[in-house]
Amino acid sequence: MTGSAAQGSPSPPAVPEASAAFGGHAPGVREGGESLAGFLRGLPGVDQTGLESRAAALATRSVKAGSKIRALELAISMVDLTTLEGSDTPGKVRALCAKAMLPDAADPAVGPVAAVCVYPDRVSLAKAELSGSPVLVAAVATAFPSGRSQLAVKLADVEAAVTAGADEVDMVIDRAAFLAGEYAHVLFEIGEVKKACGGAHLKVILETGELATYDNVKRASWIAMLGGADFIKTSTGKVAPASTLPVALVMMEAVREYHRETGRLVGVKVAGGIRTAKDAIRYLVLVNETLPAQWMDRSLFRFGASSLLNDLLIQRYKQTHGAYGGPDDFSLE
Amino acid sequence: MGSKPTSSGNGRLSVAKTRKLYIDGAFVRSESGRSFVETGPGGVAVNVAWASRKDVRDAVSAARRRLPAWSALTAYNRGQILYRLAEMIESRSGEFAELVLAQEGCGEAAARAEVEAAVDRWVWYAGWTDKIGHLAASVNPVAGPYFNFSLPEPTGVVAVFAPASLLGITSVLAPVMAAGNVAVMVAGERGSLVAASLAEAVATSDFPAGSVNILTGRQPELAGTVSTHRGIDGLDLSGLLPELRAEAESGAAGSVKRVFSEGAPDWTGLPGVSRVLSFVEVKTVWHPIGI
Repeated sequence: MTGSAAQGSPSPPAVPEASAAFGGHAPGVREGGESLAGFLRGLPGVDQTGLESRAAALATRSVKAGSKIRALELAISMVDLTTLEGSDTPGKVRALCAKAMLPDAADPAVGPVAAVCVYPDRVSLAKAELSGSPVLVAAVATAFPSGRSQLAVKLADVEAAVTAGADEVDMVIDRAAFLAGEYAHVLFEIGEVKKACGGAHLKVILETGELATYDNVKRASWIAMLGGADFIKTSTGKVAPASTLPVALVMMEAVREYHRETGRLVGVKVAGGIRTAKDAIRYLVLVNETLPAQWMDRSLFRFGASSLLNDLLIQRYKQTHGAYGGPDDFSLE
Repeated sequence: MGSKPTSSGNGRLSVAKTRKLYIDGAFVRSESGRSFVETGPGGVAVNVAWASRKDVRDAVSAARRRLPAWSALTAYNRGQILYRLAEMIESRSGEFAELVLAQEGCGEAAARAEVEAAVDRWVWYAGWTDKIGHLAASVNPVAGPYFNFSLPEPTGVVAVFAPASLLGITSVLAPVMAAGNVAVMVAGERGSLVAASLAEAVATSDFPAGSVNILTGRQPELAGTVSTHRGIDGLDLSGLLPELRAEAESGAAGSVKRVFSEGAPDWTGLPGVSRVLSFVEVKTVWHPIGI
């Protein structure tokens, strides 16, 4: 089977119109609820069976030898090394930053990773630790991971992170509002957060594990992109199921259609449950088969992960040394 | 079991057993799809799974996943599980005797005696699980206000090359497990049937999945992968073909493994606890006192 399920017909001509109406963070967004909902419901439906079989078929692709090393090194460069625990001590964040700059202490040629992802109150520390390196600092904000708080609180959360120096902000959408059909509210919030971000890149977390259907994932992707997202991201990592291949495929196809309609490049970040190099390579195959070549780069594709990095390093060791690597050779964080 | 897969008197075709690998608590064919042929009881040709380096990789990662849970069991509990394996071998002693007879070519009485000795040896090592600490631990006199003591902890993932006899296999595997390690055992063609049947006994003995993994294959093919694998912490080379040992030792040195190697062991005598003591790491604790 070629193409995908959701590819179907190109997006309806209503799209540029919708972008104009809803993408510019216009104050009249709430009043526009009706036509936004109409536009979203008018998106071609996702063929679940076709989507899942295409994702499964691409997952069987075998990547070997030289291509495998390149895939592993590309994946390493795309990692957002993440720690999002209540127990994140300053020491743990420092260790994570050191690992982000030099993932493999035995081989300085590896890395660095794309970014370090922390809670807002750890941003200034991470920023200081990473000064002079190309590693960015991403902060989760907007009452992460549930997103259940007043808008003013969410915006203050974002502003605090940006003031502390965050290069990227990972926000969560209001899933309850989305599921209740209040699409315009979700879009409005994203627009407000985008304004609060200033120059920082905005990643919008859809939390696909709570969205129930692929059609919802597609609609949420569109809302996020219309709201000004620089990246759309699958999950917080706090809800199961987190990122899956079919969900990522739906999002990549939405990004591709949005790019076709508007010319704007929106990145994709997959996060949660990606622990092995094999999983990571499957996502890269998906990107390569779904999106133009620019997306095979950390500026447009990321892995949100913590334990994944070590498996990538272990598998790279096998490729470069000819012997299987072991987990004891790499720092935990 | 062991009978010829031919039609018996009542016209029924007996069911012959497929000899598989035992990885992560599951009986699987080799990832490579290969098998080799061994001569089983009654001169019947038996297909045995032929493990590849990727099976070694899978077995090591399964073992490593299980290591924290297995090594955290109380020594008493581990002993109970080793004893349980002795019970399982005892109840299958007829099958094991036939396999020993077929693969080792000794007499029938000698085969039965070897199975009995193997059962007794599992029981013997089961008893050592909660006593080994008394041999390897110590309270150390130090010139300072510290309570200083040392105690043994499991080395981790230990790979053992299986000797070609049931008693040999028992003598290398039991001490590794008694010390609290998890094991990946690689059996060559000789001894492969015994090893594959031992896996079935292990599977019914409360060993948690992944704590014991048993592969059958060709030692020259797998020795390099095993000895250089950095996820393996210890190596018992006693069952490895002599011509492969030097290369295996050098591979093990490159990845800093504990290596135990015995020239040409006589498995009939009581093997002692040197293997148990070889596959533990001694941890010393300095505990401040009088402050």
